Amino acid sequence: MTDMLKVEKLAKSFTLHTQGGTTIPVFEDINFSMQAGDCIGLTGESGSGKSTFMRMLYANYLCASGSVNVFHDGRWVDITTATPHDILEIRKVTMGYVSQFLRVIPRVSTLDIVAEPLTTLGASEEAAKDKARQLLSRLNIPERLWSLSPLTFSGGEQQRVNIARGFIADYPIMLLDEPTASLDAGNRQTVLDLIEEAKERGSAILGIFHDQAARDAVCTDFFDVTKHRIEYDG
Amino acid sequence: MSRDSNILLSIRDLTMMYGSRIGCQDVCFDLWPGEVLGIVGESGSGKSTLLNCISAQLEPSEGQVSYNTRIEGMKEVYQMSEPERRLLMRTDWAFVHQSPRDGLRMNVSAGANVGERLMAIGNRHYGDIRQSAENWLGKVEIESDRLDDLPSTFSGGMQQRLQIARNLVTGPRLVFMDEPTGGLDVSVQAKLLDLLRSLVRDLGLSVIIVTHDLAVARLLSNRLMVMQRGRIVEQGLTDQVLDDPQHAYTQLLVSSILQT
Repeated sequence: MTDMLKVEKLAKSFTLHTQGGTTIPVFEDINFSMQAGDCIGLTGESGSGKSTFMRMLYANYLCASGSVNVFHDGRWVDITTATPHDILEIRKVTMGYVSQFLRVIPRVSTLDIVAEPLTTLGASEEAAKDKARQLLSRLNIPERLWSLSPLTFSGGEQQRVNIARGFIADYPIMLLDEPTASLDAGNRQTVLDLIEEAKERGSAILGIFHDQAARDAVCTDFFDVTKHRIEYDG
Repeated sequence: MSRDSNILLSIRDLTMMYGSRIGCQDVCFDLWPGEVLGIVGESGSGKSTLLNCISAQLEPSEGQVSYNTRIEGMKEVYQMSEPERRLLMRTDWAFVHQSPRDGLRMNVSAGANVGERLMAIGNRHYGDIRQSAENWLGKVEIESDRLDDLPSTFSGGMQQRLQIARNLVTGPRLVFMDEPTGGLDVSVQAKLLDLLRSLVRDLGLSVIIVTHDLAVARLLSNRLMVMQRGRIVEQGLTDQVLDDPQHAYTQLLVSSILQT
């Protein structure tokens, strides 16, 4: 098996300067790794820090200490010490992240938003849009909406646009924060199919899944973040 | 990693004093080609002073501004001869002001505003100049039948787009923007954001954008610097600075955003 991501002795705390400089310790000594073809489910109750951990891996949150080594472009890069330019390159080529929120420039069409990660990688406009159309169709976004900005869509539709955008570029590592939340049974199955296909391609996937059935259907292993959680009763 | 040869603009120990008052102090950073750098901070934090110093409009009290010129490589901007610096500012650089009135000539037509920058670098063929002016108005979504109208007959949003066309017609590599979406209503602002982002992507521009609007900074910039009292107190990837701010002032700034 090929290692794709290795986390060693990772720690995190938040310092709240707006509240008198209180420091809230969150995690310590997290060791974790993922191989190609893995789909690991993050477990732990709501508020236990699953999304925080995922954001640390994506360099969206800084880490207090430890390392997050990502296998990028044939070499290992520690994302906790990488330059902003290297991190942006890793996000472009190697690591995708589907968050629970859709953040886009108003007025840009859904089709362009979904196609963008692929054109950024150098694909032709036409090839990228073709794949975007396929994904949007599979995720049941009606064709008449493709030319509109997703900002006016329903929560479930926005979530599916986010998923289409996240899955278009076949990233070797994928981080999925509640990809099946607020989806009906049919669309949930499509997302699970997309995850299965990514696993078969050899992507390493880390996911937060609220519903047990989805989790059991795709996950090859589980990781409980609460074990590394530091209790805080300040 | 040796990216040094690729750096487009390098700022070292830049300080600007207004008498005993600090404009900006000890600023250091590098800008890479194709990168959009946002500078945020409240009014009076020194953002515009810094931008003016970097863009050769205001000579700093101390420090260096080095630019990677097309022919001679890295050169100190304030060591260049006056004509050389002028040429740089008219060709490779562009400056989009917050108020279109500062960046446009209000008493000549829209077409002439765009054509003027071309004439300044030696274009003389009237037909060609008019043609590229028309093309650029099209790119910034101004109807070609407004080519001969004065900018004073345009709306604020149109004036801002005209200013952008005037700036980009010479094919600059580096664009400075001071609050380009300030003072525009939100629908016009959205249109401008979309336009700016596609121009940056299609033309491979490097941009330094000063804004007090964190949402604009998030959507446009790759990297963010936060200024307070003339100093850079925090910098990093845009989403990291906004989602996990470390400095007390950045935390205050981020927690002060109104939710819609």
